[in-house]
This record gives sequence, structure tokens and C-alpha cells, in this order.
Amino acid sequence: MSLLEIADLKVAFPGPTGPVNAVNGVSLRIESGQTLAILGESGSGKSVTAQAVTGILDVPPATVSGSVQLRGRELLTLSRKQRERVSGEEIGMVFQDAMAALNPVFTVGHQIVEVLRVRRGMSRADARRRAVELVDRVRIPAAKDRMRDYPHQFSGGMRQRIMIALAIALEPDLLIADEPTTALDVTVQAQVMELLAEIQRDSGMGLLLITHDLGVVAEVADDVAVMYAGRIVERGTVEQIFAGPAHPYTEGLLNSMPRVDRRDEQLYAIPGAPPNPARLPAGCPFHLRCPRATDECRVVLPPLLALPADRASACHHHEEVLDATRR
Amino acid sequence: MPPGDEVVLRVENLVKHFPVKGRVPFTSGGVVKAVDGVSFDLRRGETLGVVGESGCGKSTLARMLVGLEQPTSGAVRFGTSVVHQARGRELRALRRRIQIVLQDPYTSLNPRRTIREILLQPFEIHPDVLDRRRRIERIKELLDLVGLDPGLHLDRYPHQFSGGQRQRIGIARALALSPDVIVCDEPVSALDVSVQAQVVNLLERLQEELGVAYVFIAHDLSVVRHISDRVAVMYLGKLVETGPEVSLYESPRHPYTRALLSAVPVPDPAGRQGRQRILLAGDPPSPVDPPSGCRFRTRCWQAADTCATTEPPLAAGAHPVACHFPLAA
Repeated sequence: MSLLEIADLKVAFPGPTGPVNAVNGVSLRIESGQTLAILGESGSGKSVTAQAVTGILDVPPATVSGSVQLRGRELLTLSRKQRERVSGEEIGMVFQDAMAALNPVFTVGHQIVEVLRVRRGMSRADARRRAVELVDRVRIPAAKDRMRDYPHQFSGGMRQRIMIALAIALEPDLLIADEPTTALDVTVQAQVMELLAEIQRDSGMGLLLITHDLGVVAEVADDVAVMYAGRIVERGTVEQIFAGPAHPYTEGLLNSMPRVDRRDEQLYAIPGAPPNPARLPAGCPFHLRCPRATDECRVVLPPLLALPADRASACHHHEEVLDATRR
Repeated sequence: MPPGDEVVLRVENLVKHFPVKGRVPFTSGGVVKAVDGVSFDLRRGETLGVVGESGCGKSTLARMLVGLEQPTSGAVRFGTSVVHQARGRELRALRRRIQIVLQDPYTSLNPRRTIREILLQPFEIHPDVLDRRRRIERIKELLDLVGLDPGLHLDRYPHQFSGGQRQRIGIARALALSPDVIVCDEPVSALDVSVQAQVVNLLERLQEELGVAYVFIAHDLSVVRHISDRVAVMYLGKLVETGPEVSLYESPRHPYTRALLSAVPVPDPAGRQGRQRILLAGDPPSPVDPPSGCRFRTRCWQAADTCATTEPPLAAGAHPVACHFPLAA
């Protein structure tokens, strides 16, 4: 049994001209101790996927279908109350903007203590002790003294650590981190990623990392799912994806990224812009930007096909791509 | 066009201090030393990358270069003019020559004006540049130059364009008056990865065709490496190291530069085990009360007593470094 198994997840929002399909049938699984990165650009549906898993999506107006199982237990059919308990205790969440995720009018100590008291029924004194341990665990200097501080009194990186402390307070099995370091400076980003990796090593939880940053993915992920226009277009291990992508979108992303460790003369630029989820083109959603597109691509939507070595690609021409990218 | 030796913009000891209010009303809380003595030369047709973390003063520097912010002291020289002393006709002439492209293509274009109006505006402010009857023709040329279809777009509003297209419009506006210098303040950071490369390639092509010089300010060290001829590293309002792109990235001499470079994630999972990473402790200190001596010493692993007492100067030369104990090249 996998820690998390998502099958054919679909999420739609009402739009002025009919439903907007943000997620169009996503299937993936995460095991304990594993880091799965969902890589995608804005509008790809990566954050909505995470929100559907955690249950913080408002239904309605959104409609969700498919299956999300945590340790074999279906989450989508749970009552609201049960769902809140599961996502509160078994799934931890870290977001991009800690200032929006923390309550600005309570001290950080109060917020962590509150969680422990409500969910674990701890006494005030026990909860306080545990909260100091947690804040210390995320390497905030002088943890005890900083419990009385409000979120705005911390720097961006420190606030991100507080949010991590809050997310791991109930020792969740799964941590979902949605662009956890995107707003941070590169030196602070490195600290926070290191911290997340260390906590994961110690606790054995599964980590679902949502990001647009290929560099971060390469540094921390075990497996990668690349999303485009609400679908997974490629899935594989991080080594497979970076050494030889099997989808032209992944290929384009890798070639369009400048690197700090060498100088490339010219960057490959994927033409056009990511499509509007309300107006997806017929056939393969990437065909308008794809150098390998043929007539088939303009008409037939390619399914996510299993390839050898336990990877998958949703491209009619995946063999051609693999031949071209394999180094 | 390869960069020449002619200096187009000379920045001399530029300083900007912002007063802050104290906790008690009507008292002073001191000053934020946003930019605290920055000097460099920009040569014709070259790209100088400026990198640094948030709060290091790089955007304040950008605003001073184009005259949007009055420096506390120091000077920005363009030819025989000094940007912040020029008035009237001289100032207008200067503004034509130095333009800016901003980070956010959503807020840097007026949402109530059509693309036609946005691109005609530079010519209305500087009517002597181009005869009225030739202006529409010129903005079509500009749109073509930045890779937009001139026929399609003129009467649409900014919100009808994608982020990448908007940034192209911002670039077309900056190019309208044929400037010698464009200051780019985080021009690609708000764009999706797949669109970033388009805009970076566009900026490079425009430089080749038009010979314009860029001051390219960004926090993304990979993008800066790709586009820059020379790079300046900024920390708490000061330049700590400047040098040609290759030597700065291949053999950084300031500990901060080395730590910064080592923190950048590399999209190559094969090498991640063996990678040496210098993890700096903590955050940059507050620019209200920067550390004495070397400003980086509070986060530096090789700081000694001298570093607390004496501020290391940024010497002249091809690859100067402001450090008492520079790393071996």
C-alpha cells in the first residue's frame, strides 16, 4: 500500500464560459520517505492538485472527482469533519507565503501550542515545552525567547521555518510543500531545503514538493512528475528525467534554463506561452509550442503511456524524443 | 557588436540613505544605508550584471541610475552630464539616453492605455525626436523588433497580453528613443521558465543589433551569468567583488560570492552527492545598523579581528575583491 495514491484526479472551477478544468486526470503515488516533485509552470494545475489532496479546496464552487487515498483510505468521500482531522493530523502543509499562512495577530508560540492542545490534548505546559522543541528543531536561534514574537517579527526564511515547525508539529506521514522556497533568497533557500531534507530523513515522512524550479527538483527529488495544462505529461526518476527527458516539454524546459556552472551561447526558448486552462487547444495541449508536433498531435490527445524502466510519457513521439535526448 | 572601451555610464561613490521613523513619534530611527558607496564603469554595448539578495540595495541602485531617486551623495555621469544635477533640456536629453525595464510587466504598463498610446508616449514627451507622421511607423518597427506582430496588437490593452508579451512591450517602450543604456531591474523574474528564455534571448539579440549597454540587475545567478559580460556582487549596499563573467563564476574570490554561487541549485541530479555547498548561517543583517568593518563578517567563516575593525576597500583592476582574506583564485 502506498502512502499516497492519487488516481484520475479531476478538478474543475466554474468559469464565465463554462467549467475551467484545472486538473484533468492526474494519477501518481508517493511512498514513505520518498520525495516526489510536481514540476510545472503557472496554470499547470500543480497547486490545485496539492490543494485537492489536502482538502483545502472549497467544494463547491470547485468540483473534484477521482480518488485520493492516504494509506489505503479514500479521502474524497470523507465527511468534512473527518477530512479536516485527516488533513490536520496526517498531512502537513508548507506554503510559499508564510506571512499569509500564519495568523498575524497571535504569537508563533501561541499558534503552535494551540495546535498541540487541540489536536493532541496536551496540557499547556507540555504543549509549550514541545513547541519550544519544534522551534529549536527548525534551527531558530534562541527558540525559547522567540515564542512570544509575532510572525512579522521574523525574517522571510525564519517565518518559513516557523511554518515548517507548525507543519511537523503533529508528526504527519506526508508533507506537502507548495513552492516552499520560491520567495526566499538563494542562500536562505539552500538552508530551508536542507532543513526539509533532514527532517524527512529523520521522520521518514513522504514529501510532495510542488515547484517550478528545475534546480530545486534536481537537488532534492527522487521522482518527478511534470505537469502541463492540468495533466502529467511525463513521470520518472529524477535521473531519468534530467538525463533524457521523454516529453518535448520537459526537453524544452531543460534546454531553456541557463546554468550557473557553465555558459551556454544561446538558450533554447519554447515558443509561445502556457495555454489558458479555460481554452485548451484540441489534441495534445502542447502541440502549438512543440517543434515535434505532427498532424496526429493536433487531433489526438496522447495518453500517459508507461515506458520501460518504470517511467511514463504523454507524447505520440516519445521514442523520437528519447532518441534525441539520451546522452 | 562587441563591447567597446568607451565608457557610457560612470558611477562614482553612489550613496543613498533613507531616514526611518523611530518607535516614538517625531524621533528618528536612524537611516537605512540602502546603497553605501558604489562605483563602476559601464562600457558601450556591454552588459554588467548586478547580483545580490533582497535588501542589498540593487533596486535602489537601479532607480538612481535612471534618475528616479536622488542620491544622498556621489554621482552618475553620462558623457559630460551628471544625471542628478542636470535640469531642463539637458535632463530631457539624458532621460532619452538612459531607460529602464522593470520587473513586473503587470504594473509597469498603464492598464487604461492601449499599446499604441503606451508606445507613442515617449515621442510625446520628446517630440523633437521624430516627426509626428512617422511615429506610428516607428512603433510598428519597435513591435516587430521585440517579436510582436505589429498589425494585430496596437489597439489592445495590457491585460489582453500574456506576461511575456507585456515584458516585450515594456522593452519596446524602453527602446523607443534609441537609448545608449537600459537598466533592467529583474526583467525576467516574474516570468514562467519557458518564457524567461525568450526574453533573455530577445535582450541579447537587441544588444547585438543596436549596441545598447545593459545594467542587468537580478537575484538569479544563472540568468546573470548567461547574459553578462561583467558581474558585480552586492552585499548590504556595497559591491564586494566585480569581475568578468568567467573569472567571477569560475574562481570567485570573495567568500560571499563563493557561498552565493554554491547555494544555487544546479539542474543536474547526477552530481548532487559530490557537490560542495557552503551554507551561510542566518540572514543578511539589517542595513539600518550594518556590522562594523566588513559587512559580511557576521556570516563569514574566515572572519578575523581585522574584519571587525577595518573595512576592506574594493581596489581597482579587472577582478577586484573587497576582502582582507580573499580566496585563492
